Amino acid sequence: MSDKIEDNVRSILSDILGLSQAQVAAMDDDTELFGALPELDSMAVAGLLTEMEDRLDIMIDDDDVDGELFATFGNLVAFARTKSEG
Amino acid sequence: MSPAPTHLTYEFGGRQEYCLGFGDAKAPRRILIVPPLFDEMNRVRRMLVEAMRALASHGVPSYLPDLPGCNESLADISIQKLADWQRAVIEAAKQLGATHIASLRGGTLIDHEPVLPHWRLAPVKGSSLLKAMLRTRIAADKEAGLSTTIDALMTQAVSGPLALSGFHLGSAMLASLEAAEPIAVAGCHEVVLDDIDGSALWLRAEPQDDPAMSVALAAELDRWSASCGG
Repeated sequence: MSDKIEDNVRSILSDILGLSQAQVAAMDDDTELFGALPELDSMAVAGLLTEMEDRLDIMIDDDDVDGELFATFGNLVAFARTKSEG
Repeated sequence: MSPAPTHLTYEFGGRQEYCLGFGDAKAPRRILIVPPLFDEMNRVRRMLVEAMRALASHGVPSYLPDLPGCNESLADISIQKLADWQRAVIEAAKQLGATHIASLRGGTLIDHEPVLPHWRLAPVKGSSLLKAMLRTRIAADKEAGLSTTIDALMTQAVSGPLALSGFHLGSAMLASLEAAEPIAVAGCHEVVLDDIDGSALWLRAEPQDDPAMSVALAAELDRWSASCGG
Protein backbone atom coordinates (compact mmCIF):
# COMPACT_ATOMS: atom_id res chain seq x y z
CA MET A 1 0.00 0.00 0.00
CA SER A 2 1.40 3.31 -0.96
CA ASP A 3 -0.05 6.65 -0.06
CA LYS A 4 1.86 8.13 -2.95
CA ILE A 5 -0.70 6.67 -5.32
CA GLU A 6 -3.55 8.12 -3.29
CA ASP A 7 -1.85 11.53 -3.20
CA ASN A 8 -1.34 11.35 -6.94
CA VAL A 9 -5.00 10.58 -7.55
CA ARG A 10 -5.98 13.53 -5.32
CA SER A 11 -3.76 15.96 -7.20
CA ILE A 12 -4.95 14.66 -10.58
CA LEU A 13 -8.57 15.22 -9.51
CA SER A 14 -7.65 18.70 -8.33
CA ASP A 15 -5.79 19.57 -11.54
CA ILE A 16 -8.37 18.24 -13.99
CA LEU A 17 -11.53 19.30 -12.23
CA GLY A 18 -10.25 22.53 -10.72
CA LEU A 19 -11.19 21.37 -7.21
CA SER A 20 -9.60 23.07 -4.22
CA GLN A 21 -6.85 21.38 -2.23
CA ALA A 22 -9.21 21.32 0.76
CA GLN A 23 -11.91 19.59 -1.26
CA VAL A 24 -9.65 16.80 -2.51
CA ALA A 25 -7.92 16.44 0.87
CA ALA A 26 -11.31 15.78 2.47
CA MET A 27 -12.08 12.85 0.16
CA ASP A 28 -12.16 9.35 1.66
CA ASP A 29 -12.92 5.93 0.22
CA ASP A 30 -16.67 6.52 0.34
CA THR A 31 -16.66 9.95 -1.27
CA GLU A 32 -18.86 9.77 -4.33
CA LEU A 33 -17.39 11.10 -7.56
CA PHE A 34 -19.31 10.46 -10.78
CA GLY A 35 -22.78 11.90 -10.43
CA ALA A 36 -21.85 13.77 -7.23
CA LEU A 37 -19.27 16.15 -8.69
CA PRO A 38 -20.76 18.34 -11.43
CA GLU A 39 -17.22 18.96 -12.72
CA LEU A 40 -16.75 15.26 -13.46
CA ASP A 41 -18.46 14.55 -16.76
CA SER A 42 -17.55 12.06 -19.45
CA MET A 43 -15.23 14.57 -21.15
CA ALA A 44 -13.33 15.13 -17.91
CA VAL A 45 -13.02 11.35 -17.53
CA ALA A 46 -11.08 11.26 -20.82
CA GLY A 47 -8.54 13.70 -19.41
CA LEU A 48 -8.38 11.92 -16.06
CA LEU A 49 -7.51 8.57 -17.62
CA THR A 50 -4.69 10.01 -19.71
CA GLU A 51 -3.26 11.97 -16.79
CA MET A 52 -3.39 8.89 -14.55
CA GLU A 53 -1.43 6.97 -17.18
CA ASP A 54 1.21 9.68 -17.35
CA ARG A 55 1.67 10.37 -13.66
CA LEU A 56 1.33 6.83 -12.35
CA ASP A 57 3.20 5.33 -15.29
CA ILE A 58 0.45 2.81 -16.02
CA MET A 59 -1.46 1.78 -19.11
CA ILE A 60 -5.23 1.84 -18.98
CA ASP A 61 -7.17 -0.28 -21.41
CA ASP A 62 -10.37 1.56 -22.19
CA ASP A 63 -12.25 -1.73 -21.84
CA ASP A 64 -11.33 -1.71 -18.12
CA VAL A 65 -13.20 1.52 -17.64
CA ASP A 66 -16.77 1.28 -16.46
CA GLY A 67 -19.16 3.33 -14.36
CA GLU A 68 -18.03 1.66 -11.13
CA LEU A 69 -14.49 2.93 -11.53
CA PHE A 70 -15.50 6.55 -11.02
CA ALA A 71 -18.29 5.84 -8.53
CA THR A 72 -16.18 6.61 -5.46
CA PHE A 73 -12.75 7.94 -4.60
CA GLY A 74 -11.96 4.56 -3.01
CA ASN A 75 -12.73 2.71 -6.25
CA LEU A 76 -10.53 5.03 -8.27
CA VAL A 77 -7.58 4.69 -5.88
CA ALA A 78 -8.01 0.90 -5.76
CA PHE A 79 -7.98 0.78 -9.55
CA ALA A 80 -4.81 2.92 -9.69
CA ARG A 81 -3.15 0.62 -7.13
CA THR A 82 -4.04 -2.53 -9.06
CA LYS A 83 -2.65 -1.04 -12.26
CA SER A 84 0.52 0.22 -10.59
CA GLU A 85 1.26 -3.11 -8.97
CA GLY A 86 0.18 -5.24 -11.89
CA MET B 1 -2.43 51.46 -17.76
CA SER B 2 -2.14 47.93 -19.05
CA PRO B 3 -0.10 47.51 -22.23
CA ALA B 4 -2.02 47.36 -25.52
CA PRO B 5 -1.48 44.47 -27.92
CA THR B 6 0.34 44.84 -31.22
CA HIS B 7 -0.92 42.87 -34.18
CA LEU B 8 1.96 41.33 -36.09
CA THR B 9 2.38 38.72 -38.79
CA TYR B 10 5.05 36.33 -39.95
CA GLU B 11 5.30 34.79 -43.38
CA PHE B 12 5.01 31.03 -43.69
CA GLY B 13 4.04 28.78 -46.60
CA GLY B 14 3.20 31.80 -48.77
CA ARG B 15 0.78 33.20 -46.16
CA GLN B 16 0.94 35.89 -43.54
CA GLU B 17 0.19 34.22 -40.21
CA TYR B 18 -1.05 36.28 -37.30
CA CYS B 19 1.05 36.87 -34.21
CA LEU B 20 -0.11 38.65 -31.08
CA GLY B 21 2.52 40.86 -29.52
CA PHE B 22 2.97 42.98 -26.41
CA GLY B 23 5.70 45.39 -25.46
CA ASP B 24 8.40 47.47 -27.08
CA ALA B 25 10.02 45.56 -29.97
CA LYS B 26 13.26 47.55 -29.48
CA ALA B 27 13.83 46.08 -26.04
CA PRO B 28 16.96 43.88 -25.74
CA ARG B 29 15.04 40.72 -24.78
CA ARG B 30 12.14 39.45 -26.90
CA ILE B 31 10.41 36.19 -25.99
CA LEU B 32 8.65 33.98 -28.51
CA ILE B 33 5.97 31.93 -26.77
CA VAL B 34 5.21 28.52 -28.26
CA PRO B 35 1.78 27.69 -26.87
CA PRO B 36 0.27 24.33 -25.93
CA LEU B 37 -1.38 22.52 -28.83
CA PHE B 38 -5.03 22.00 -29.83
CA ASP B 39 -7.64 22.13 -27.07
CA GLU B 40 -4.94 22.76 -24.47
CA MET B 41 -4.05 25.97 -26.29
CA ASN B 42 -7.62 27.22 -26.00
CA ARG B 43 -7.72 26.56 -22.28
CA VAL B 44 -4.47 28.38 -21.58
CA ARG B 45 -4.65 31.32 -23.97
CA ARG B 46 -6.31 33.77 -21.60
CA MET B 47 -3.76 33.09 -18.86
CA LEU B 48 -0.90 33.32 -21.37
CA VAL B 49 -2.04 36.62 -22.82
CA GLU B 50 -2.33 38.11 -19.34
CA ALA B 51 1.20 36.87 -18.63
CA MET B 52 2.37 38.62 -21.83
CA ARG B 53 0.76 41.86 -20.66
CA ALA B 54 2.52 41.53 -17.33
CA LEU B 55 5.81 40.79 -19.09
CA ALA B 56 5.44 43.96 -21.13
CA SER B 57 5.05 45.86 -17.86
CA HIS B 58 8.42 44.38 -16.85
CA GLY B 59 9.82 45.88 -20.10
CA VAL B 60 10.04 42.50 -21.86
CA PRO B 61 8.15 42.16 -25.15
CA SER B 62 6.71 38.79 -26.13
CA TYR B 63 5.07 37.21 -29.16
CA LEU B 64 2.39 34.54 -29.44
CA PRO B 65 2.22 33.24 -33.04
CA ASP B 66 -0.76 31.43 -34.56
CA LEU B 67 0.37 28.05 -35.81
CA PRO B 68 -0.68 27.34 -39.42
CA GLY B 69 -4.27 26.13 -39.41
CA CYS B 70 -5.01 27.42 -35.88
CA ASN B 71 -6.81 30.52 -34.61
CA GLU B 72 -6.86 33.19 -37.36
CA SER B 73 -4.80 31.16 -39.83
CA LEU B 74 -6.29 30.47 -43.25
CA ALA B 75 -4.03 27.47 -43.78
CA ASP B 76 -5.75 24.06 -43.96
CA ILE B 77 -5.14 22.34 -40.64
CA SER B 78 -5.85 18.90 -42.07
CA ILE B 79 -2.62 18.94 -44.09
CA GLN B 80 -0.39 20.12 -41.23
CA LYS B 81 2.00 17.95 -39.27
CA LEU B 82 4.28 18.74 -36.35
CA ALA B 83 7.31 19.23 -38.61
CA ASP B 84 5.41 22.03 -40.43
CA TRP B 85 4.65 23.73 -37.15
CA GLN B 86 8.24 23.37 -36.09
CA ARG B 87 9.32 25.18 -39.27
CA ALA B 88 6.69 27.84 -38.60
CA VAL B 89 8.20 28.37 -35.13
CA ILE B 90 11.65 28.78 -36.71
CA GLU B 91 10.28 31.37 -39.16
CA ALA B 92 8.35 33.24 -36.50
CA ALA B 93 11.42 33.40 -34.24
CA LYS B 94 13.57 34.68 -37.09
CA GLN B 95 11.14 37.18 -38.58
CA LEU B 96 10.00 38.62 -35.25
CA GLY B 97 13.57 38.84 -33.99
CA ALA B 98 13.03 36.70 -30.89
CA THR B 99 15.95 36.34 -28.49
CA HIS B 100 14.38 33.67 -26.24
CA ILE B 101 11.91 30.79 -26.65
CA ALA B 102 9.39 29.83 -23.97
CA SER B 103 7.17 26.83 -24.63
CA LEU B 104 4.42 25.10 -22.76
CA ARG B 105 3.11 21.53 -22.93
CA GLY B 106 2.79 20.41 -26.59
CA GLY B 107 4.69 23.52 -27.63
CA THR B 108 7.80 21.68 -26.45
CA LEU B 109 7.33 19.23 -29.33
CA ILE B 110 7.93 21.90 -31.97
CA ASP B 111 10.25 24.44 -30.30
CA HIS B 112 13.67 22.80 -30.53
CA GLU B 113 15.26 24.16 -33.70
CA PRO B 114 16.00 27.87 -33.16
CA VAL B 115 19.43 28.41 -31.61
CA LEU B 116 18.15 30.53 -28.74
CA PRO B 117 17.88 30.04 -24.98
CA HIS B 118 14.92 27.76 -24.21
CA TRP B 119 12.48 27.61 -21.31
CA ARG B 120 9.88 24.86 -21.01
CA LEU B 121 6.87 24.35 -18.77
CA ALA B 122 5.34 20.92 -18.20
CA PRO B 123 6.48 19.14 -21.40
CA VAL B 124 4.19 16.39 -22.66
CA LYS B 125 4.50 13.52 -25.11
CA GLY B 126 2.57 13.79 -28.36
CA SER B 127 1.04 10.35 -27.76
CA SER B 128 -0.52 11.57 -24.48
CA LEU B 129 -2.09 14.59 -26.20
CA LEU B 130 -3.43 12.34 -28.94
CA LYS B 131 -4.82 9.76 -26.54
CA ALA B 132 -6.62 12.41 -24.46
CA MET B 133 -8.23 13.83 -27.63
CA LEU B 134 -9.22 10.37 -28.86
CA ARG B 135 -10.80 9.54 -25.49
CA THR B 136 -12.68 12.83 -25.48
CA ARG B 137 -13.97 12.05 -28.97
CA ILE B 138 -15.10 8.59 -27.86
CA ALA B 139 -16.89 10.13 -24.86
CA ALA B 140 -18.62 12.67 -27.11
CA ASP B 141 -19.60 9.95 -29.58
CA LYS B 142 -21.02 7.86 -26.77
CA GLU B 143 -23.22 10.76 -25.66
CA ALA B 144 -24.44 10.98 -29.24
CA GLY B 145 -25.32 7.28 -29.14
CA LEU B 146 -22.35 6.12 -31.23
CA SER B 147 -19.94 3.46 -30.13
CA THR B 148 -16.33 3.89 -31.27
CA THR B 149 -12.90 2.74 -30.18
CA ILE B 150 -9.44 4.24 -30.47
CA ASP B 151 -8.50 1.61 -33.07
CA ALA B 152 -11.60 2.30 -35.15
CA LEU B 153 -10.92 6.06 -35.11
CA MET B 154 -7.30 5.59 -36.14
CA THR B 155 -8.39 3.33 -39.01
CA GLN B 156 -10.94 5.93 -40.07
CA ALA B 157 -8.19 8.58 -40.04
CA VAL B 158 -6.36 6.82 -42.88
CA SER B 159 -9.10 7.73 -45.35
CA GLY B 160 -9.71 11.30 -44.21
CA PRO B 161 -9.21 13.92 -41.48
CA LEU B 162 -10.44 13.03 -38.00
CA ALA B 163 -12.31 15.64 -35.95
CA LEU B 164 -10.59 15.76 -32.56
CA SER B 165 -11.47 18.48 -30.05
CA GLY B 166 -12.75 20.61 -32.95
CA PHE B 167 -9.60 20.23 -35.05
CA HIS B 168 -9.69 18.29 -38.33
CA LEU B 169 -6.42 16.42 -38.13
CA GLY B 170 -4.99 14.49 -41.05
CA SER B 171 -3.14 11.20 -40.86
CA ALA B 172 0.26 12.92 -41.12
CA MET B 173 -0.48 14.99 -37.99
CA LEU B 174 -1.78 11.96 -36.09
CA ALA B 175 1.31 9.94 -37.02
CA SER B 176 3.66 12.76 -36.04
CA LEU B 177 1.84 13.21 -32.71
CA GLU B 178 2.01 9.53 -31.92
CA ALA B 179 5.79 9.58 -32.30
CA ALA B 180 6.63 12.99 -30.85
CA GLU B 181 8.53 13.55 -27.63
CA PRO B 182 10.09 16.80 -26.47
CA ILE B 183 13.56 16.92 -28.01
CA ALA B 184 16.39 17.76 -25.65
CA VAL B 185 17.86 21.22 -26.15
CA ALA B 186 21.23 22.11 -24.62
CA GLY B 187 20.91 24.46 -21.68
CA CYS B 188 17.12 24.31 -21.69
CA HIS B 189 15.58 25.54 -18.46
CA GLU B 190 12.70 23.26 -17.58
CA VAL B 191 10.17 24.10 -14.90
CA VAL B 192 7.24 22.25 -13.37
CA LEU B 193 3.95 23.72 -12.31
CA ASP B 194 4.89 23.99 -8.63
CA ASP B 195 7.81 26.28 -9.55
CA ILE B 196 5.42 29.00 -10.64
CA ASP B 197 2.57 28.45 -8.22
CA GLY B 198 0.24 27.62 -11.08
CA SER B 199 -2.66 25.37 -11.90
CA ALA B 200 -2.88 22.89 -14.75
CA LEU B 201 -5.32 25.00 -16.74
CA TRP B 202 -4.57 22.96 -19.87
CA LEU B 203 -6.13 19.87 -18.29
CA ARG B 204 -9.32 21.51 -17.12
CA ALA B 205 -12.59 20.23 -18.45
CA GLU B 206 -13.78 23.88 -18.62
CA PRO B 207 -11.59 26.83 -19.66
CA GLN B 208 -10.60 28.88 -16.64
CA ASP B 209 -8.35 31.77 -15.75
CA ASP B 210 -5.61 32.14 -13.16
CA PRO B 211 -4.49 35.77 -12.75
CA ALA B 212 -1.97 34.87 -10.02
CA MET B 213 -0.36 32.34 -12.35
CA SER B 214 -0.09 34.96 -15.12
CA VAL B 215 1.77 37.28 -12.74
CA ALA B 216 4.05 34.47 -11.50
CA LEU B 217 4.74 33.24 -15.03
CA ALA B 218 5.70 36.74 -16.19
CA ALA B 219 8.04 37.19 -13.22
CA GLU B 220 9.64 33.81 -13.91
CA LEU B 221 10.13 34.54 -17.63
CA ASP B 222 11.57 37.98 -16.84
CA ARG B 223 14.01 36.49 -14.32
CA TRP B 224 15.00 33.60 -16.60
CA SER B 225 15.44 35.65 -19.77
CA ALA B 226 17.59 38.17 -17.90
CA SER B 227 19.87 35.33 -16.80
CA CYS B 228 20.75 34.13 -20.31
CA GLY B 229 21.16 35.33 -23.89
CA GLY B 230 19.62 38.57 -25.17
